Amino acid sequence: MGSGGRVKVRQKNKVTLNQLTAHEVADRVAKREVTAVEVTEACLRKIDEVDPLIRSFIRVDREGALWRAADLDRRLDEGERPGLLSGVPVALKDIFCVKGQEITCGSRILKGFISPYDATIVRKLREAGAVFLGQTNMDEFAMGSSTENSSYGPTRNPWDPERVPGGSSGGSAAALAADEAITSLGSDTGGSIRQPASLCGIAGMKPTYSRVSRYGLIAYASSLDQIGPFGKDVEDIALVLEVISGHDPLDSTSVSLEVPRFRDALVDDIKGMKLGVPRECFVEGMEAGVEKAFRAGLEKFQALGAEVIEIGLPRIPYSVACYYILSTAEASSNLARFDGVQYGIRSGEAEGLLDMYESTRRAGFGEEVKRRIILGTYVLSAGYYEAYYEKALKVRRLIKEDFDRVFSSCDCVVMPTSPCVAFEIGARMKDPLQMYLSDIFTISVNLAGLPAISIPGGFDERNLPVGLQIIGPPFSEEKILRTAYTFERNTDFYLRKPELKE
Amino acid sequence: MMEKKITLSDVEKVARLARLGISPKDKENFERQLNNILLYMEKLDELDTGDCEPLAHVLPLKNVLREDRVREGLGQDEALKNAPEKKDGFFIVPPVIK
Repeated sequence: MGSGGRVKVRQKNKVTLNQLTAHEVADRVAKREVTAVEVTEACLRKIDEVDPLIRSFIRVDREGALWRAADLDRRLDEGERPGLLSGVPVALKDIFCVKGQEITCGSRILKGFISPYDATIVRKLREAGAVFLGQTNMDEFAMGSSTENSSYGPTRNPWDPERVPGGSSGGSAAALAADEAITSLGSDTGGSIRQPASLCGIAGMKPTYSRVSRYGLIAYASSLDQIGPFGKDVEDIALVLEVISGHDPLDSTSVSLEVPRFRDALVDDIKGMKLGVPRECFVEGMEAGVEKAFRAGLEKFQALGAEVIEIGLPRIPYSVACYYILSTAEASSNLARFDGVQYGIRSGEAEGLLDMYESTRRAGFGEEVKRRIILGTYVLSAGYYEAYYEKALKVRRLIKEDFDRVFSSCDCVVMPTSPCVAFEIGARMKDPLQMYLSDIFTISVNLAGLPAISIPGGFDERNLPVGLQIIGPPFSEEKILRTAYTFERNTDFYLRKPELKE
Repeated sequence: MMEKKITLSDVEKVARLARLGISPKDKENFERQLNNILLYMEKLDELDTGDCEPLAHVLPLKNVLREDRVREGLGQDEALKNAPEKKDGFFIVPPVIK
């Protein structure tokens, strides 16, 4: 696995500020070698240059970002102690509440909604010195795997603008791949961080369920949703994870465990580590280019001293059906709050309350959201509850038990993140079931509440990125980070950049 | 042709339960697509889940208690700020009783 390839490899001497990683920026800003304003301006310039094509952002808060960067510079010049992310420009998925900002979750129904409060992760990022660039595009209410289900139109993949960036956090992934931001955040209910990271050739992590507070995250499926970082390298993932993790009294499901110093886990050594490869992952219609890169990745792990063993996760083939019952059921309940009364748009009020509800939701929600609300309401309705919802809850337990069992014989499980590379815009929109099936490798992780990362794991024959997924037991983020870091330090996939027309 | 899992009138009924207006075109598409999806979900019946406990949540959830102290919340103005229609500190909705 050498370098080669026709793509541009980042060269240390020609790096522009917007190409830096978060730890590089934070380090240089803290030492006052560069200013927060300079880095923010570099990102804004790149956004001006490429975002008319890529469309990572729904809105860019130019003035707010520059004002904030200048304020940080002034305070650092006055001797204030820098935070872990001082001067780091961050792109946020349009799903996190930011006080005073319009936040729409990619939906028409929230048009004009100005959040009255900050999500907990937004507060934590700000306290660490982050500069917010704006909101990134996403599938409406995080429902999708391609960012095509956005009421703002699709985001394009920087590696090939005719292809999707993945989803639902596609804007956050594309913004990093195109160096429009230094780091970005997303949310992952069934793979919405890992799959776009995979399709855009960057790193992305879904932490253990409950590791990060969900307060201020607009809910899709509450028992599965988790917030996590994207990164240009694994060190950035560790850094941002350290900032956003921890117990929050405002989220009763957030865990009261002490937050480890995740950066200490960045050790380039996995000798003796046992990595399990589920045999089930080779039978699900994986693309040849993905399988080739994955097998090469397994050889790399072995060369680095890890033991790669075959394991069985026999219920993985059932995870798609299980997930689309449970997630839509939870969504049908969570999305009941969008009714034209407290926020967002309203229509049809002349005909009375019931018509107002129906008309507002008809005008406000897109097709995929409607489809999932109907499916979720159906599986919860009288006569079908046991056959679908309760059955899926039982299967969820079996899936979790599969993982519990394999983690007694291996440290981590490795699988591809997605069975395919980035597909063409429009290619899967006609057949929702086919789109759902492309989530096969990511959703079992959410059903079991586990932490998992996707890192650049190679390229297919068309030079499209392939993601490598590392999954661990609950609260084993450090072990995952160490495995990912070792792979990254001994490969150069993460250094390759898409060649965008400039 | 296999037996339909969900009919056009089922779609209408469920949409009404969800307070969701849908166009006639969506209704037909949804009927077709949801039939495919529900048919696919029958795959779960291959698994024997006889005495298996349903798992709604991966964490051992328990009630989280805190002291009942007064703390600052959103003011009335802030809470009403995003409302499509409001009056005298209330959310305004269309008449419920004719």
